[in-house]
Amino acid sequence: MNPPATDATVAPTVETGAPADLDRELSWFAHLAMGTVFGVILTKTQVISWFRIQEMFRFQSFHMYGVIGSAIAVGALSLYIIRRIRARTIKGGDIEIPPKDFGRGFRVAVGGTLFGLGWGLTGACPGPIFALVGNGLTVMLVVLASALTGTWVYGHLRDTLPH
Amino acid sequence: MIELLSQPWPWYVGGPLIGLMVPALLLLDNRTFGISSSFQHICAAVVPGKSTYFAYDWKQTGKWNLALALGTLLGGVIAGTLLADPEPIAISEATRADLAGLGLTDFNGLAPVEVFSWANLGSPIGLITMVGGGFLVGFGARYAGGCTSGHAIFGLSDFQLPSLIAVVGFFAGGLVATHFLLPLIF
Repeated sequence: MNPPATDATVAPTVETGAPADLDRELSWFAHLAMGTVFGVILTKTQVISWFRIQEMFRFQSFHMYGVIGSAIAVGALSLYIIRRIRARTIKGGDIEIPPKDFGRGFRVAVGGTLFGLGWGLTGACPGPIFALVGNGLTVMLVVLASALTGTWVYGHLRDTLPH
Repeated sequence: MIELLSQPWPWYVGGPLIGLMVPALLLLDNRTFGISSSFQHICAAVVPGKSTYFAYDWKQTGKWNLALALGTLLGGVIAGTLLADPEPIAISEATRADLAGLGLTDFNGLAPVEVFSWANLGSPIGLITMVGGGFLVGFGARYAGGCTSGHAIFGLSDFQLPSLIAVVGFFAGGLVATHFLLPLIF
């Protein structure tokens, strides 16, 4: 039933293999530190709360829209400046802003909707899942294990799914 | 200072800070903001199985992203202890009324204990929300090629069409879950 996998339908296997040249240990600690700041922001802005996600999907508060909207605005302005001044990394390397894979549009439409169903049920997307575990909601480890199972199953069905 | 930081942060503080993750990761080491690829790296590291999707050098490719995810967890530890706020989340009255209508009575904590608890793991509501919902988050994010951070924040910041379609899907799915699935399982 499924169309055979061809080069045009199969997405790149790993999407995060950007060339990087930071020292390995430094890279590890720097990204750990950035993640730590990110986890604090997610928690204190309350976007990791199931209650806030419910509020958003019921259109009953501006909070989540304000967070996501202002994050996109700052991100967009930053990318504009990075391109405009041809910024380089702190080590002087190239900065590449890679395009997201579109496939034939199927993967983003169907995958996005399935993700949204999960987001609505758990009230947590991937960043918040990690932050919630850190906040002591140990039962979120079950959500994390289920998400890893979902990723594993996707990886094994990938060649049979339309992208 | 600690007292100030312990208060809930308004959207106009937290949102722009989240947005700064995009340039910070690019300027640090040419990395693209995203969290859900950490799921792929964990699978590749622990149980790759037979899929080519997990057959790569996860240390080379994914170590930075795993550090970011682990840091996010650590940030949760810090915010939940040093910067803890004992007050319930101040959600709108309308949401409170809707959720009370579903049968929720306890509005404390980050998520309702009447749903998200170890004791509920065997119940239909616990299985559907935690196990089913979690599965869909992991499956859907990798099928779509990104989650809220990779598509909604990074992708939309770069005005990318795939991300726009993905985010429309995120919302469509979330609305269906909220307005059709939750009333069925509560």
